[in-house]
Amino acid sequence: MTTTHKTTREPAGTAGPPTGPGRFWTLRRQDAASGWLFVLPQALGFLAFVLYPLIAVVYYSFHTSNVLSGVTKYAGTKNYSQLVHDPATPSVARATVLFCIGLVVINIALAMLLAVLLNQRLRGTTVFRTLFFSPVVVSLVAWTITWNFLLQNNGGINSILHVVGIDGPNWLRGDNSALVSVVIVQVFKNVGLNMVLFLAALQGVPRSLLEAAEIDGAGAWRRFRSVVLPMISPTTLLTTIVTISGSLQVFAQIQILTEGGPNNRTNVLVYFFYQQAFDNHDFGYGSAVAVVLFAIILVLTLIQWRLRKKWVFYES
Amino acid sequence: MRTRRLRLTSLALSAASLLALSLAGCSNGSGSGGDSKVSLRMTVWSNDPSQTALFNSIAADYRKTHPDITSIAFDYIPIDNYTTALTTQIAGSNPPDMAWVLERDAPDFVSSGALTDLTPTLKKAAGYQYDDLTPAATKLWKQGADLYAYPFSTSPFGMFYNKDLLKKAGVTQTPDELLAAHQWTWQNAEKMATQVAAHTDKQGLVVRDWDYKTWIQLAGMWRGWGADAWSADGKTCGFDSPQMQQAMTFLHDAIFTDKALPGPGETADFFAGESGLTITQISRATLLAKHPFDWGIVPLPAGPAGASQVIGQAGIGVMTKGSHKQQAADFLAYFSDAANSAKLARYFPPARTSQLTTATLAKANPMFTPQQLQDVVIDGIKTGAVLPSHKNSAKIANLVQNALDPMWKSGADVGSVLAGVCKAIAPALSE
Repeated sequence: MTTTHKTTREPAGTAGPPTGPGRFWTLRRQDAASGWLFVLPQALGFLAFVLYPLIAVVYYSFHTSNVLSGVTKYAGTKNYSQLVHDPATPSVARATVLFCIGLVVINIALAMLLAVLLNQRLRGTTVFRTLFFSPVVVSLVAWTITWNFLLQNNGGINSILHVVGIDGPNWLRGDNSALVSVVIVQVFKNVGLNMVLFLAALQGVPRSLLEAAEIDGAGAWRRFRSVVLPMISPTTLLTTIVTISGSLQVFAQIQILTEGGPNNRTNVLVYFFYQQAFDNHDFGYGSAVAVVLFAIILVLTLIQWRLRKKWVFYES
Repeated sequence: MRTRRLRLTSLALSAASLLALSLAGCSNGSGSGGDSKVSLRMTVWSNDPSQTALFNSIAADYRKTHPDITSIAFDYIPIDNYTTALTTQIAGSNPPDMAWVLERDAPDFVSSGALTDLTPTLKKAAGYQYDDLTPAATKLWKQGADLYAYPFSTSPFGMFYNKDLLKKAGVTQTPDELLAAHQWTWQNAEKMATQVAAHTDKQGLVVRDWDYKTWIQLAGMWRGWGADAWSADGKTCGFDSPQMQQAMTFLHDAIFTDKALPGPGETADFFAGESGLTITQISRATLLAKHPFDWGIVPLPAGPAGASQVIGQAGIGVMTKGSHKQQAADFLAYFSDAANSAKLARYFPPARTSQLTTATLAKANPMFTPQQLQDVVIDGIKTGAVLPSHKNSAKIANLVQNALDPMWKSGADVGSVLAGVCKAIAPALSE
């Protein structure tokens, strides 16, 4: 059997003109179509599960919506006004700010400290790296439930403290200890991730710069402050942005450990949103809280992005 | 040629992804297409294997005579977040066909139109005996003369006690003996709990499911003082009443002075033998099936206002937004008819007058003695009042929980905390 091939192939990678009159599927169009088809599932997923809910949340924030009756009515700015005048708002704002500051400061400082310590060429550092990183891969709920048992008044931590003669606080019920407990549980869960990022950044600091600083008479602290910190500033920026936005989205830990209590002391904005929308069935008010939360995260991220020129070495 | 094949492959993969996405989006898993084949789904908060087996056997029997029903699923949702999960399903346009509803949510569900009127279906169901349902049991689930949920469980609260632990603590008169001597009071129960906590390494009295959060579980205690969370019309706060103040002062002293109850953040499970007494619904008796210790049960003690029994209720409603309302109502009529109600009575005290007899209940509840059934179940249902409920119950529950938090520490000013509760919930009560 003999077949005849028409050798009209275009050079690969070029978008040549149509090969004949009336041919629709030119190579350029074929490339464009296959490109669109590759991104289409992801784009549809984004539209359905990100963009649409985002628009719907803004829409619902201007409406009152009763889930059970299914009645939705336009309410103007009532939900936003309710948030301003809600007696719980000051407590929620306080808990959110303290949680965010506590988490970011402790997480970043501890991650950097651990990274510096584990960057030394000492025996056993791999074991410690694994140890500190392992909570990152543990299920969040399992991690938090375990801590919930440990932090009970008659739980593991107070039992240990009792053995050494210390009367431990009622960790999850105390006015101040509850927030501290939630922050610590969250720090231990995620510090390993930031630690690994800092470790990678530290290993990227050129030794020549450190040696030059040493020759110039700089001590260990001065070398760290004036050479290492500026050199790892891109990582510091990244971890700070990620940790701040993450701290504003912490939900499961609050739900499992304190349910926002005692007396709203750990009721951060995202949990407050959940309470309003899903516990109280008030989707309108809950949506207004969600929009405010979104705006706060957006503004904080933009501020950090704008400030990057001041503290990221290659931006200045 | 290779490039062309690659493009074809990508096209096929993308098309497959889109198809999968479309199918996932369109399917709601309940067969909402035609009505010739119907799948029904009921949300429940029990995952007790023996209870689930009973539900499934009733459903299997029903399907034998109703070939149009392809399946009946009992969809378990943990009680802690039950109502939240249910309303989320409703909001997400994926409501169950039938749902268990807690008594505290009854006014909200009934008045909002979320449930369909069951009266016509139940009345016309052959042999249903609609008038056999006790008015006390159906009251909460009615709007006018129309019934919006079947009260499948009317479960009184009682006080279980661990005979072995009381004996070990040196308690000389058991709750049963005190009851017979008309001395079964909160003061005596508290003394007993204090004794257990002081003389054993276990806790005294546990108010089950309270955990210093679900305050509604305390109703069994404060009603002994004649107090309640709010007035019958739901408009006036009752937390700042003198009776409530006395009841809460008693409770506060019991916790922080006498150590009769585990403190905040302390856990103890009566059914695991970790406390001497517990207040809970009698349906929890299934947890004692393995008889880890010798136990007894008595009605709730009397307070200064006399004995006051409390009932927990659960109803089954047919969701208005469900895809198969009539089929669901028909199944519910079968599920709750006299024969199946008698079967369910093993776990859920029935709402039928004819079945509220020691003879019927004893058959279904071999764990209880006839005297226990009479004292706790029958008398409890006849004389008891249902737990507080309100049209705005979810919101009020959160507000009360937060406002009560300052009370759960030593030296708290009970009066001012209770006044704060009323201040916090006043707007929600009047909404």
